[in-house]
Amino acid sequence: MNIVYYILIILGGIFYAVGGLGLLRMPDVYTRAQAGTKATTLGTMLTMIGAGVVHPEWLPKIILIILFIVLTNPVGSSTLIRSAYRSRVEASGRTAIDELGAYYDREVE
Amino acid sequence: MMANVVFFALVALGLVFAVIRLFKGPTPFDRVLSMDMINIIITGLLVVIAGILDSALYLDIALVFAVLAFLETIVFARYMEGRR
Amino acid sequence: MKNYFPTFVFCFLVWILVAGAGYPELILGVAVSLALAFFIARICGIRMSWKTPLSALLFIALYVPVFLLELVKANIDVLFRVLNPKLPINPGFVRIETGISDNFSKLILANSITLTPGTISVDADDDGGIYVHWINVTGDDAGSRSEKISGRFSRILKKVML
Repeated sequence: MNIVYYILIILGGIFYAVGGLGLLRMPDVYTRAQAGTKATTLGTMLTMIGAGVVHPEWLPKIILIILFIVLTNPVGSSTLIRSAYRSRVEASGRTAIDELGAYYDREVE
Repeated sequence: MMANVVFFALVALGLVFAVIRLFKGPTPFDRVLSMDMINIIITGLLVVIAGILDSALYLDIALVFAVLAFLETIVFARYMEGRR
Repeated sequence: MKNYFPTFVFCFLVWILVAGAGYPELILGVAVSLALAFFIARICGIRMSWKTPLSALLFIALYVPVFLLELVKANIDVLFRVLNPKLPINPGFVRIETGISDNFSKLILANSITLTPGTISVDADDDGGIYVHWINVTGDDAGSRSEKISGRFSRILKKVML
């Protein structure tokens, strides 16, 4: 049992570190949000299930926290990205295509 | 025991990267993004600490912390939308 | 009125899960769940009925495994992109067609898109389209892109949401 716990929390820790590194390395706020959101969500799931393996009586509450995080973390990043786009934060120069600008222009008219 | 130390080291690494982005971030959105990420990491950390200290109280703290982190992100995002 | 009772039962179950089943907690839980059920059904307009648990079971059986697999794939993808010294990205904003009109399904789909490889949903319009920031744009037209990003998810969602 303890082996499973160790493997799970170390994997979770690795994803946390990768998420932080992605936050640091990516060129603009949109790509940063990608790295941050995905890595931390899986990292949180893994560490929490790891903690639940050692204490099975906590599992219901831990699953509730995991559900909450999986439901809200993407919503938070989406809202943040949308408001960044609406505030005209510049995307990185490597951005290839932009179909969203046309939609907002149409909305303004 | 060793695994816990490795886990805390990795989490500290992630937190340090996020804090660097928090201070560097060219736009306010970068800062809120790294705040959001720090909050999620702390939520996971709280659950692991609950396991290590063997106290279920920390689970409630983690739950409330997750709710507050979500609200914080949403409020900041809506507040900054369309400024400038 | 028909919506209130299932919503109330659901809120009450979550309350018991969090607060425990002591005597004072139960009374407070009834009060809080009533208020929440009223709020959710009336103001937020989320519809719950007795068919919801069946939907939820189907959802867990069909959707969640696919979603978890995609989540793990997404993270391995992020891992390699971040650790690669050349940072291989080709980002862009694209519109994808989902063919889903129900608000709740759209929320689930948008969340899934955010957590799957290389994409994060930004906004949704009223015709069932979702605007997506894609870290590595491939494909030439909207159809092939939609299929690539959300094809599997939207097919299962249409089956599951009764």
